[in-house]
Formats: sequence, structure tokens, C-alpha cells
Amino acid sequence: MSTFLGMPTATGAVRGDRPFPAAAAAGLADDQLRRNLAHATGTIRTKRLAAVAELDDWEQLRLAGSALKADTMARLPQLLEQLEAAVAARGGVVHWARDGEEANRIVTDLVRAAGATEVVKVKSMATQEIGLNEHLEAEGIAALETDLAELIVQLAGDRPSHILVPAIHKNRAEIRDVFRESMPGAPADLGDDPRELAMAARAYLRRRFLEAGVAISGANFACADTGTLAVVESEGNGRMCLTLPRTLITVMGIEKVVPTFGDLEVFMQLLPRSSTAERMNPYTSLWTGVTPGDGPQEFHLVLLDNGRSRVLADPEGRSALHCIRCSACLNVCPVYERVGGHAYGSVYPGPIGAVLSPQLTGMTGGKDPNSTLPFASTLCGACFDACPVRIDIPTMLVKLRADAVEAAEADRTVPSGQDVAMAAAAWAMTDARRWSRLISGGRLLAWRRRGFRRLPWPGSVWTRSRDLPALPSRTFRQLWRRRPGAGEGR
Amino acid sequence: MRIALFTTCLADAVVPRVATATATLLTRLGHEVVVPPEQTCCGQMHLNTGYWRLGAQVVRHHVDAFEQVLEECDAVVAPSGSCVGSVRHQHAAAARRQGDSATAARAELLAARTFELSELLVDVLGVTDVGAWFPHRVTYHPTCHSLRMLRVGDKPLQLLRAVADIDLVELPQADVCCGFGGTFALKNEGTSAAMLADKVAAVTSTGAQVCAAGDSSCLMHIGGGLSRLQTGIGTRHLAEVLAATREAPLVLDAVGAGAR
Repeated sequence: MSTFLGMPTATGAVRGDRPFPAAAAAGLADDQLRRNLAHATGTIRTKRLAAVAELDDWEQLRLAGSALKADTMARLPQLLEQLEAAVAARGGVVHWARDGEEANRIVTDLVRAAGATEVVKVKSMATQEIGLNEHLEAEGIAALETDLAELIVQLAGDRPSHILVPAIHKNRAEIRDVFRESMPGAPADLGDDPRELAMAARAYLRRRFLEAGVAISGANFACADTGTLAVVESEGNGRMCLTLPRTLITVMGIEKVVPTFGDLEVFMQLLPRSSTAERMNPYTSLWTGVTPGDGPQEFHLVLLDNGRSRVLADPEGRSALHCIRCSACLNVCPVYERVGGHAYGSVYPGPIGAVLSPQLTGMTGGKDPNSTLPFASTLCGACFDACPVRIDIPTMLVKLRADAVEAAEADRTVPSGQDVAMAAAAWAMTDARRWSRLISGGRLLAWRRRGFRRLPWPGSVWTRSRDLPALPSRTFRQLWRRRPGAGEGR
Repeated sequence: MRIALFTTCLADAVVPRVATATATLLTRLGHEVVVPPEQTCCGQMHLNTGYWRLGAQVVRHHVDAFEQVLEECDAVVAPSGSCVGSVRHQHAAAARRQGDSATAARAELLAARTFELSELLVDVLGVTDVGAWFPHRVTYHPTCHSLRMLRVGDKPLQLLRAVADIDLVELPQADVCCGFGGTFALKNEGTSAAMLADKVAAVTSTGAQVCAAGDSSCLMHIGGGLSRLQTGIGTRHLAEVLAATREAPLVLDAVGAGAR
């Protein structure tokens, strides 16, 4: 990792406070969460497969998406400058933010300059990442999330647990309780019918849209050639924010730029089918700078680095920047399904979070929670198959494991138990005689023909949840030497 | 054909019957089986746990061990999707990360000749009916690395369908990981156990007598769960099912399903 020390690392909500296994234990033990997640991810998995199967050219689309992203990353600085010029030419103002703190300061100053103490927000991962809401609150500015699921999470004082469906860990009864307790004006007899819940939120939000002077959004895409920004969503609440307030501030990770407007053709097919399993998302908002007399009359684009240049500098890790935040990898991940998004600490959970968060922050050693994320996977590969831009997450996880071990080695002076075990295993495995002697030792335990139900530590880590089979009295190499007709030295 | 058997460390040390079955099967099909004596392990455990410097040493040993017999053999076979996956997708990269481009090049040559058992049988030897007999109800778990790293597809099922008197039943949610994941099973033991619970439930729901798979490691995990819950369902490697014949049947009670 020392290669990239020169690059600034990310600030904000991209690192948890506990190692993954400890954080996962809370999710594993939460029966309601397990049920909610199994139901929700199971449903979306089936739907996604059906939506993808409709397209004969799905694999070609994935290849095209991957190629477009690779091309973008190869000339990111040039494309960003092109984007800046195009946005400025259409009356927008572009700001550059090295990290989350700088972005938060820029946004705060812009909101103050607009004379607002309250802003409405479009669902945005970038602003979650930098902790913008918390920063604005500390500065005396109230930020209201208008995406229904983000609103639920905000009212509950909770954290999002999914990129696309932030309240996926809550069922409708829990949501009803949140609305009853925390949403001003919510009917006291509110039921848990989805339509009823949506109408209550609608009544609450509609007035806020009309009153707001400033909106803050993220962006799904930004076209370098035209300066056009794009937000895709399902509810239309984003469209309200993007069109009604006088001032619009968009915070966008620098990797969201695409070379041309025409490239949206590929991504607008890949994204809805992968994320919500829809052929087309209900609302696609595109805007280019400022249009006099129509929509926001002031437009600011904040280009956020926050560790992305660091990721870009690593040829083996940079394709994590290809992510279009569809969350298909979360929905197919058997680990995510069982532990939930909070276990990952970062606002980016699931397989993509496990490769993105440690790269954005860097890994500082064995005690760094983000050092445990690359190990939060069985490497089953379901995420790679589901990814619409073909990010090879399993290969990247293994590479990051190597980085994590190197960082841990650099961080400590005394080798860990795992270090010693691995070194001993490698010593035995690099010589057939040593190896043969080691595994012949299994014979000592072969007396127990019924296997093992409970072993002392460290074997107990295995036998806590599974039996260990009986060990053989002879290794295969011994059996092979003694087979009938042996003697040719093979 | 002369075929080098890449035993895998797990079969060598813990389930030698799987390596024996692979050799028996190939011999029955008229091939000569060679067991390179210097082989130990492919290094996958080191690589997937992040120990790439040590892993690269094990990789080099593996390449050395098999290069010695490559001249006289037509192919290398392993009864494991994940070990072959490591050979094919990790070995050259591991050597390269250590700056050892010579070993990387040799590893690529070896990888091109290394096959998982069902690949060797169906793709290389062109056989799906291996003349096996296994009169039991079997469900098959297609391990993740066979499925998504090697893309063996339904080759193992083609082989199993051709087994005489087998009652092959479909495993619900078959393509979902069992939760083993190498050292994941220890580092994230709770999550691993939660995944295992669902796999065990799926296997049990089939009413099968045997759960078969192409990887001894996943089978050790699934079998450990089946045994812990006293399901009475055993695990058998694909090679063992395919090696069984009327003349030399696989008696299910002979080795035991695990701890009881």
C-alpha cells in the first residue's frame, strides 16, 4: 500500500468502528432484520434475473459498460476539465473538492449565500459518504431527505443499510411506527398498508418541496461533452427537488463522468434492470446548466475526489470506480443477505463496499475495521456475475486481502498467530517430505472413527457449528505407494 | 491418455478416498494415472487469506512438481473446482506480484493443461456415461468456483444423469454458496454457519440420501453441518459416485457420514 501514500484518503462515513465479524454478529442475531432482508433480496434477485433475461444483448451491454468506464478512468482528468467547461458554458458553476470536509464547506457556504436555513435533498450516495447532513446540521442548516426510504431512515435516526433501498432492513410495520412517532402531521391511526404510508409521506413532503429555496442532489451520470447531469429515480421526489427550488447544488464523485451524452444509451439500459429490475426507471431527470425562467436559476456542481484519485492510482483496484451504484451485488450476496448493510461500517455496504471502502480510506493495519472488509466474502462470485459493468469483485477482494496482510505486517512488530500458522504451512507445503510427515500426523487422531463434535481451540472455531469428519489412518500418498501393482516409483 | 493426478492437499490428508476414486475412475476408463510425488498444495489457502509472498512459494513448488511430469502426461486433473480455479486464475498473478515472471509463464503453461474432473471427462475425454452404478437418491451442490470461476456449467450433472440407477434430485437454491469460503469459515464463523443452515435445509428438503459435490472442502463444511444436526444424510464427492460400479459398489456406511 505504501505506493499510494501520496494520495489523499477519504473522510466521512466510509469506515466503521468495529471489525466486520463483530459488527456482523449484531445483524446475524436480529431475527426481524434477517427475515426482512431475506424477503427483500430474494424478491429483487428473482425479478432482476427476469428483467435481464429479456435482453438478448445483455452480455454485450455489460461489455460496453465496462469498456466505457475503462476508457473514462484512463482519461479522467481530461474528461473532468471538459465537463467543467461545458457546465460553465451553460451557466453552471463548478467547484472542486479534494475530500469530504472540503465538499461540506463548499456546500455550506453556497447554502448560506442563498440565504437558506433548510434544504431539500435528492437521494445521493456522495452526500451520505461525506456526512453532509450531519455537517449542515452542525452549521444550523436542516437537510430534509425526500427519497421515501432515506426519509424513513432519517426520521428513525438510523443509518442506511443498502445503496438503493436504504430502509431495506425495516418492514412496513416498523415504518408505520417510525412515521407515527417522528413524522410531523402523520395520522395517529396510520396503518401499515404501503399506499397509506406513501400517501402520508407525500402529504408531509409536498409542502416542503414548495417552500424550499435550495436543493442538494447527487448525480448518476455527467456527460463531459454536453455538461448534462443525470439523476434516475423511482418516486419523482427527486424531480421535485431538481426543478422547484431556485438553487440546485449537485455533489458528484468524479468517477461519475461519462465521455458523451450518447453513452447514456448503454447505462440507461444497464442501471434500471440491475437495480430495481425495471425495463426503465420511472423518472430520469437530465439538466444542462441553467435555463432562464425554467427550473433552478443557480446551479453549482461540486466535483468530489475523497480518495478516488487514490483508487485510480492502483491499476488492480481502479475498476471499483466503475460502479454505477445499482446494488445488484448486494442483492445477490449471501453474506450481505445475512448480516445487513450496517455490518460493513461504511455507507457502501455489500461486495462493492468491501472493495471500495478500504481503497478510499486505505488500510492502516490489523485493527482497522476496513482491513476486515476484504475478508467479508466467501469469494462465491455471485457479485461478479450480477455486476452490470463487470467489476471482478472476487479477484479484487483477494488482491485487497494481500494489501491488508501487508499493511498489518508493517503495523506490528510481533507476528500474529495467523502469520505463524501460514508460515509453518508454507514451510511444509514447499517440500514433499515435510508435507508428508505433517499430514501423517493425522493418523494420531484416526482412532476416532466417528469424527469430532467438539475440539479445543483453535479447532473449536470449526466445531462450534459443524462436525469434523474422522481422519484417515493413511494419507493418499501412503495408500498410493502401497496400491496393488505399485513399485514403478510413481 | 496419460493423466497426472493433482491430488489436492485436502484429499491427500483428510479424504484420500476422493483421490483414490479419481484414480480408479480414470484407470477404468482406460487411462494411465500418474501421481507426481513432489506435489503438496496449490497455495490457494495462502493466496485467499492474503499471504501472497508465502503463497507464491507454494505456487512455485506446485509448478515445479507438475512440470517434472508434464512432458510425459497429456493433462493434469484435480477433483476440485477451487484448486483448479486457483491454478488457472491466481498462480501466474501470484508469481507476478513477487516479480517472478519466469514462474508466471511456466504457471500459465501448466494451467492450460490442468482440468477439473468434470471438465476432463466431458471436454477432454468426451465421455458422459462413465459406466457408474449408484442406486441411491442424490442431490448435487454445484460449488461456487466450479460454477462461476471455471464455468463447468452442467457437466457434473451430465455425468451424474448417466449413472445407472441413480435417483438424482434437484437441490433448491443450488447456486447459492454453502458458506465455506476457506478461512472465511473461521474468520466469519457466524455468517458461515448462517449460510450453512440454509444449505443444510435445502439438502434435507430433497429427501436425498447423499449430497454430492465436486469439492471436498465445501463437502467437509456441508457434511459437518448435516452430521451436527443428525440428518442421516452423507456427503460424497462426484468422483466417488462416478467410481462406483456394480462390481465395486460404494457402500454408504463404510466410511461414515461424519461425526455421530
